[in-house]
Amino acid sequence: MAQVTLNALRKVYPNGFEAVKPASFTIEEGEFVVLVGPSGCGKSTMLRMIAGLEEITEGDLHIGDRVVNTVDPADRDIAMVFQNYALYPHMTVRKNIGYGLKNRKIAKDVINQKVEEAANLLNLNDYLDRKPSQLSGGQRQRVAMGRAIVRDPSLFLFDEPLSNLDAKLRNQMRIEIKALQRRLGVTSVYVTHDQVEAMTMADRIIVMNGGEIEQIGTPSEVYHSPASTFVASFMGAPPMNLLDVSRENGAVMVGGQQVAEFTGSGSVTLGVRPEDILPDANGSFEINVTLIEELGAHRILHAVWAGQPIMISVTKDVAAETGPLRVAIKPDALKYFDPQTGRRL
Amino acid sequence: MKRIKFETIVDHSILILGSLIMILPVVMLLQMASTTDLETMRNGPGLVFGDQIPINFEKAMFEASGFSGENTGLSMLYNSLILGFGFAIGKIVIGMMAAYAIVYFRLKFATMAFWIIFTTLLLPLEVRILPSYEIVQKLGMLNTYQGLIIPLIASATATFFFRQFFRSVPEELIEAARIDGAGPIKFFIDILVPLSRTMIAAMFIIMFVYGWNQYLWPTMITTDEGMFTLVRGIKQITQTLEGTNLPEYGKSNILQIIAILPPVLIVIFFQSWFVKGLTESDK
Ligand SMILES: Nc1ncnc2c1ncn2[C@@H]1O[C@H](COP(=O)(O)OP(=O)(O)OP(=O)(O)O)[C@@H](O)[C@H]1O
Ligand SMILES: [Mg+2]
Repeated sequence: MAQVTLNALRKVYPNGFEAVKPASFTIEEGEFVVLVGPSGCGKSTMLRMIAGLEEITEGDLHIGDRVVNTVDPADRDIAMVFQNYALYPHMTVRKNIGYGLKNRKIAKDVINQKVEEAANLLNLNDYLDRKPSQLSGGQRQRVAMGRAIVRDPSLFLFDEPLSNLDAKLRNQMRIEIKALQRRLGVTSVYVTHDQVEAMTMADRIIVMNGGEIEQIGTPSEVYHSPASTFVASFMGAPPMNLLDVSRENGAVMVGGQQVAEFTGSGSVTLGVRPEDILPDANGSFEINVTLIEELGAHRILHAVWAGQPIMISVTKDVAAETGPLRVAIKPDALKYFDPQTGRRL
Repeated sequence: MKRIKFETIVDHSILILGSLIMILPVVMLLQMASTTDLETMRNGPGLVFGDQIPINFEKAMFEASGFSGENTGLSMLYNSLILGFGFAIGKIVIGMMAAYAIVYFRLKFATMAFWIIFTTLLLPLEVRILPSYEIVQKLGMLNTYQGLIIPLIASATATFFFRQFFRSVPEELIEAARIDGAGPIKFFIDILVPLSRTMIAAMFIIMFVYGWNQYLWPTMITTDEGMFTLVRGIKQITQTLEGTNLPEYGKSNILQIIAILPPVLIVIFFQSWFVKGLTESDK
């Protein structure tokens, strides 16, 4: 268990590409932090710098009370779970889990006991003498977890550990990992591009885009109070509606109709979550529904509002059909962004 | 009963015919080794097997030929085995280590070093045999096992194959090992070598047979009859015995069978490994 502090950590690859722009944040002891962002935004690079697998170009990295910039990965007191499990194919599950301990010259019987404990925790007892090729994807994932926890690290690092599993197993493993982390209380950094994973697992989410950190916050903060249009459109499925609207003397206008009041004039980007637009016969706005997406518990209505596409999410009880629909909008649900920079106003 | 298709019969006939053609010379060798030299001399290869195999075998293995009396079949077999194993093991060890250095270490000229090694494929032993001989002679390694093996031990082929294999080992495995605290030597021994075992087996087959069948180099390097290998020695026997004496057909035929046997056994032995390694597919 350790606090991790990044101080203007930056990565420039040898070919001159700046994969991570100077990033600073602190991960508290026992916290579960999820790094999320689209493919190529630098999540893995950031994680690999923390792991010591990638050289740090600039900045300091503290794990616990040490600066570990140049410390070997094996000596950083970390454990990492990889996307492709990275199990040693020729070793049994038992040896896979115990290999790190063996390299630390720990006595055989101690290793055995620790491996058994980890196997117990992960329901792997029956598979200890199998090779990885004789296991299912979920079991392999558990072995990879076992290899991480058996070393009692002060920091867990996960790089998209669930992306090779099918949807159902992914949900199950997601809960298992989270529960395990809770139980062991180990500080964790988890990389994913799946915003559902990020929302459900994280104590805090770090949203990255193009090598830069867009926002750091709890899942609820990131969802309800996005710091930029990027975060607004990346988090949530369906994402937040973003409309280009104009302001006249503090009145926000959509299709010639005043929607709300917001100081200033000129154009602005208006953001509203699909579930904050409610069908209401007495509502003040009219939209034109063009398509209905059926999701079981929910329906997504694709519509046009004053010439701009918009999505609204309704529960299954709401009757829905294409054509004109009157809606109301929760007044406090409206967010405003600068149309140039995309930052929240 | 399942009906046997016409094509199946044709296919099998062709295969059987092919096998017969391959096996026939060996059967002829055996037949000639089983009769007395006189009979072979008189009738040539025949259809009837005699009872001389044990006698000829004993002659072949233990009776010295040549002048010094040092090259018995047994000593030649021993020398050949040393050459074959030394050759194969040496080439594998050197090739693996070279490939390891090229693939995993950030050497400045790794790629260039690899291509230089690779171009040596264009310079087989036959091309460089005189300078090689001179070096061995100056090092005083004529008529020694070192002299037989070491000049041939660097292998572009093995380096190339191991390089290709190492490059296919997933990057994450190396990183996992690094986090698990395996340094370069541990990683090589604990992970890379076991992962390469099918590759090693394949290389072993090829290199052993290649080493076993060396003829030109041993002929150059060994003048001492005690150092003769089978492949080099058999020729000698048949030659020296063409005098007024009857050629010792039985003995040399037995020796030839013995010369064929180890490569065959190696192939059979490692083949089972090969198949196992391939079907267990654990990469
Ligand atoms: N060795 C390298 N040399 C140069 N550029 C690299 C190197 N490795 C990665 N990059 C670049 O750095 C950027 C970030 O890569 P990174 O692997 O961190 O992305 P990621 O966020 O993990 O994406 P994904 O979700 O696809 O895994 C990418 O644009 C990638 O092309
Ligand atoms: Mg990645």
